[in-house]
Amino acid sequence: MADAMLAARELTRRFGGVVAVDRVSLELKRGEIHALIGTNGAGKSTLINLLAGELRPSAGTVTFCGESLRAARPEHMARLGIGRTFQRSNVFPEFSTFENCRLAAQARLPRPWAIHEPAARCPTSGEAAMHALDVVGLSERRDAAAAVLSHGERRALEIAMCLATDPSVLLLDEPLAGMGGEESQRIIELLRHLKSDRAILLVEHDMDAVFAVADVITVMADGAVIASGLPEAVRADPAVREAYLGDEI
Amino acid sequence: MTRTRRILAIIALLALAALPFVAGKFYIDLIAKIMIMAIFAMSLDLLVGVTGLVSLGHAAFFGLASYMLVLAAPDQYTAVSLWTSLPLAMAASALLALGIGALALRTRGVYFIMVTLAFSQMVYFVFHDTKIAGGSDGTYIYVKPKANLGAWLLNLGDSAQFYYAMLALLALTFLFLRMLLASRFGHALRGIKSNEQRMRALGFNTYAYKLAAFTIAGAIAGLAGYFAAVQFGFVNPEMLSWHQSANVLLMVILGGMGNLAGAVVGAFALVLAQDLFSSLTKHWLLLMGGFVIAVVALLPNGLTGAGQTWRHWRERTRSG
Repeated sequence: MADAMLAARELTRRFGGVVAVDRVSLELKRGEIHALIGTNGAGKSTLINLLAGELRPSAGTVTFCGESLRAARPEHMARLGIGRTFQRSNVFPEFSTFENCRLAAQARLPRPWAIHEPAARCPTSGEAAMHALDVVGLSERRDAAAAVLSHGERRALEIAMCLATDPSVLLLDEPLAGMGGEESQRIIELLRHLKSDRAILLVEHDMDAVFAVADVITVMADGAVIASGLPEAVRADPAVREAYLGDEI
Repeated sequence: MTRTRRILAIIALLALAALPFVAGKFYIDLIAKIMIMAIFAMSLDLLVGVTGLVSLGHAAFFGLASYMLVLAAPDQYTAVSLWTSLPLAMAASALLALGIGALALRTRGVYFIMVTLAFSQMVYFVFHDTKIAGGSDGTYIYVKPKANLGAWLLNLGDSAQFYYAMLALLALTFLFLRMLLASRFGHALRGIKSNEQRMRALGFNTYAYKLAAFTIAGAIAGLAGYFAAVQFGFVNPEMLSWHQSANVLLMVILGGMGNLAGAVVGAFALVLAQDLFSSLTKHWLLLMGGFVIAVVALLPNGLTGAGQTWRHWRERTRSG
């Protein structure tokens, strides 16, 4: 197995007296879907925010391809190729679905000084945006304003925007939440396809989906990792059964 | 819709071009002044309406360029060249905007408004409390800058010539900013207004974008301030006071934010309303206040957004 692309070591984040993330270490490798599960409030989203540079760790380090990124900000992480989606859809509501993706694709090759070139006629970002909409199944809604999309469509747009930036690491915060069965299935197939040359962290509550796609599963409770390993080992782990009170898993 | 707007814009441009043939000197000068304010308002619209940065210190860049016209000349009786003093004035405003922006853009929302206000007041007091260019009294400029266009000399002291120069400048500024807004840079600015957090998560250095917009807006405000000083023939600290900043912000809000045309319409509406009301009664400020409140209350998208507001209202009354 390849070396870790993105790795957290002893990552800790405190909010006042609360330890939201407690000495978490994990490695995201190319070709792997690494699922992160845990009950609400276990610290999964905080961990994603730490990995994406949205929050600064109180202690511990994040490394990308072996290099430490102690004070990286979200735009730095994104430009390194770490793409993320948000738990609550976080799009540009006034823009059309296509424009949302085109703006995302523009981040790869922004060339802001070329003010004589109309953004609407930029072939590279236009094609990347169409492709991203296509793979999540939103091409037919390309001209709809993001504000009028259904909840599930907006979740798909959230993923399409992340893909339009062509990341090598994906941090997906509950991408399937609120999606219908067909939409979910499409995204699961997409993740399987994407992982071949990318590292994917998947935070998800849908256990069927998690066990269907995950290569590695890490379980968090109260900010700390209580189990991590292959799906079958995690499923059998007594501490995990304890945390989930025996149901779901 | 955009077609209607284009036709309206062409009609407005033709009407403005024809005005000096029918109007007297007073109105030619008044409309020229409004066109200068329209350029100023468009520069602020780039910040407020496009990028979502509400600045209450924009007059600092306008006023500094006015003063640069005085400071560029050895004394107030010597004419300077337009081609050296104008770039100098705009560069000074851009540099000031770069400095103020670099610090102010570290804050957000209400704090950004307060910090821009504080910085512009600092600039105001530099010119008010020192002996630079006449201190609090300001100073007269007795000669206009020399503006050679090849063999032809543009006489900026002639009302009609000055008027057409401002009309051309207004059109050029509008076209330049339109191009800017259509570019990737412009789309990124709109993205920042819509959702800055997401822009950063996508990999945009939003601070650099905002600083670039702030600097460009400062330079264009300087363009307007320079010609305001040329037209009025004097400068005083009021040109960079917070009243001036609030006035131009009002133009942008009245006209409708984020589409440039709104800033132009707002400049015309505000100055013409002032002119009309002050000719009716000496309590004209009361009428002025009523006018502003009426527009803001009835037309939340400004004068240029009236059609949109009307359609929304119709839809709501039909369905409800």
